[in-house]
Amino acid sequence: MRLLKLIPDNTNIGFVRLRAWAFGLTAILTIAAAVLVGVRGLNLGVDFVGGVMIEAHFRAPPSENALRSDIDALHVGEASLSTFGDASTYSIRLPLPQATDEGATNRLVKSVQGALTAKYPGVVFNRAETVSGKVSGELIKNGLLAVFLAVTGIAVFSWIRYEWQFGVSTFVAIFHDVLVTLGFFALTRLEFDLNIVAAVLTIIGYSINDKIVIDDRIRENMRKYRQMDMRALIDLSVNETLPRTVMTSLTILLALGALLIFGGPVLRGFTAAMMLGVVVGTYSSIYVSSSLLISLGLKPQLEAPKRKSGPAEGAERIG
Amino acid sequence: MLDFPRWKVIWIWLLLLAGVAMAIPSLMPDRIASQLHLAGLPRINLGLDLSGGSHLLLEADTADLAKQNLQKMEDTIRTEMRRGDTKIAIGDISTTNGQLSFFVRDVTQLDAAVERARAQTQAAGLTGQRDWSVSVVDSTRIVMTPTQAGIDASIDDAMKTATEVVRKRIDALGTKEPTIVREGKTRILVEVPGLQHPDQLKALIGKTAKLEFKMVDMNVDSTTLTAGHAPPGDEAAPYPDASQPNAPPRFIAVNRRVILSGDDLDTASLGKDENGQPAVELKFNASGGKKFARATQENAGKQFAMLLDGSVLSAPRIDEPILGGNAQIHGSFTTDSANQLAIALRSGKLPVALKFIEERTVGPQLGAASIHAGVIASVIASVAVIVFMLVTYGRFGAYANLAVVLNIFVILAVMAILNATLTLPGIAGFVLTIGTAVDANVLINERIREERRRGRGIVQSVELGYKEASRTIFEANTVHAISGLIMLVLGSGPVKGFAVVLLIGICTSVFTAVTFTRMLTAGWIKRNRPTEIHI
Repeated sequence: MRLLKLIPDNTNIGFVRLRAWAFGLTAILTIAAAVLVGVRGLNLGVDFVGGVMIEAHFRAPPSENALRSDIDALHVGEASLSTFGDASTYSIRLPLPQATDEGATNRLVKSVQGALTAKYPGVVFNRAETVSGKVSGELIKNGLLAVFLAVTGIAVFSWIRYEWQFGVSTFVAIFHDVLVTLGFFALTRLEFDLNIVAAVLTIIGYSINDKIVIDDRIRENMRKYRQMDMRALIDLSVNETLPRTVMTSLTILLALGALLIFGGPVLRGFTAAMMLGVVVGTYSSIYVSSSLLISLGLKPQLEAPKRKSGPAEGAERIG
Repeated sequence: MLDFPRWKVIWIWLLLLAGVAMAIPSLMPDRIASQLHLAGLPRINLGLDLSGGSHLLLEADTADLAKQNLQKMEDTIRTEMRRGDTKIAIGDISTTNGQLSFFVRDVTQLDAAVERARAQTQAAGLTGQRDWSVSVVDSTRIVMTPTQAGIDASIDDAMKTATEVVRKRIDALGTKEPTIVREGKTRILVEVPGLQHPDQLKALIGKTAKLEFKMVDMNVDSTTLTAGHAPPGDEAAPYPDASQPNAPPRFIAVNRRVILSGDDLDTASLGKDENGQPAVELKFNASGGKKFARATQENAGKQFAMLLDGSVLSAPRIDEPILGGNAQIHGSFTTDSANQLAIALRSGKLPVALKFIEERTVGPQLGAASIHAGVIASVIASVAVIVFMLVTYGRFGAYANLAVVLNIFVILAVMAILNATLTLPGIAGFVLTIGTAVDANVLINERIREERRRGRGIVQSVELGYKEASRTIFEANTVHAISGLIMLVLGSGPVKGFAVVLLIGICTSVFTAVTFTRMLTAGWIKRNRPTEIHI
């Protein structure tokens, strides 16, 4: 049986040589993402801005303008509408009602649901959520804190485990991944809610996994080939791990692709973010973090040789 | 490395079989599980996003609690200073700035007054601190300030009672398997699977249900009350007219002194008045019955008011002394509202007002559709990954696939044992776990390929492949675990649900993807002594 090999043996792509181009592309992507987030902003869900969200599934796709004027007629504040998964499912977001008594939000939800049921027979309300300003503030705070701590914790781990250059390059690469993902959300206006924070954290986890594998190989090769030029060594390490990188990325993309197509509308934003994150994470592992190591002046460790050994035995010595 | 003693092999298989067995109850529909008497076995809970239902987050109004405490202390101080042989005259009592301060008329009694005030404070917390600090200002005024320890203790106390009261009220509604837990210092989380219209539940929980009987002051002209002013010793209580809910309520003057309160109740139930209208029947406990009997004997012919949360429900005239310890609240109730009030009164009053700060309701169709879609997606994802692994690594891919399938069962089993909740992002976590578990085998197999290419022997290549890849896998998993733990600690709702699956998956995948596949590979090599491997 002939087995599939995605990357031919002894592939040797000069990744490091392309470094200048990669940095240019990375810079453009990062700046574009930052500008998008700054100018267009994120389409924050009720989790983060507070308010009332009603998800309605209509029998047939309604006209967005008609829907908007139907809701405006109720005088419940400015509604923000977006389709959710398909054209017949709308997420309707409204500000919190002025009245603060216990029944106020229920009356608001009921009046909207009542009006829509009268106008669009057969409409089904999938979800109704009310988040007060206090809770949404905490959710933002905790979400940002979680992302920040995850990135920092991981960078510190790489720093302690390897050299400081690994920590810095990892931090920069992950920062890039997160920013590009946020840029994608600003561009597509997909709703950014708590689920997406989970997705961003997963992207960080996945991307770091990728970088650790390559960093680990670089370190192994640094011990094995003490005399090798750093550029050649990084190229060698990236190429050696390339079959694994491609194989893993493809497997995860396959799994996520299934989730994107068959996983239903609720998970769609989540899955889209993760797929993009996998692609961006793989790119930044190869081009950003590894190449950055050279710019940061990582040197082969000439001093502190342990027992003298040839490359062939080197692999067994480590571990 | 490739040497597996028999006992180890047996243990690994037993563990995996146990995992599969423990996962089975969670995979079956409720109905079948209960028929097979497996209902007692641990099963995975479905999150509200999958089962449908209501999620409500309540927060205590701590300012309200502080006000109540201040009010209570004021009342205590007033009685305490008057008590005993030597009465201490005090005046100019104020409760501004969260402090109770009063003036002692006779300076020589100041020390005695401080003594009496101190006697009313209690130890709070473990540090031996008092719950109020008593100090003297300008050598004539005593200022009592609640200490932080005192405030914390009173919040903690109130929250414990409030959680119990909320539980009683929800249980009385007969909803199935509600979750009622205290979250943090001042919050209560309520989750009711299957509940679609939380209005009734909200109305019930949101009511403080503080019932008070007070005498009506008949001598006050109602026009002076409309502005909300009442003569000293009285208070103006709103008396809403139930037939005109939108009209501004009129006020009646009631005496501040409480003759009976909800604490004196034995039980409350739904009943009917003489006109056949729904009403709430009250039955007092022994001391309550005596108090009510005395009050009705002394005040025959006068009017008293039944107040709920500060507003008047009804103000009947006492025609004759009521000695049986029973009373009836009429008002314009519907059967539902009378029943609700009865439940609220039975479960006791909330020691602190609760506000709804978060509310999520998921329809049953959405949950079912999500489960359906999630399962289909998981199956398709698994099949795609399995085929991909098989065509890439042959026999080694098959071992990895077996490991992944067993891993799914083991994760489900661990979740069931830990009584964890599966949410929609949790399903996504599953799919990602499949991906990362496969990554471990990809790392191992690619390393074996590499070592083979370098011309090493089969056994040595496999050994090195596992050894070198294990280090990388360990490091990658550590990093994954870091982000998983952060999500678990800081995350709320969906983030947490995702982190649970991720963390469990990290632990179990090391076992299945590394140890288990190594055992399979080692066994195969030992038995067949292959001269060439396809990888």
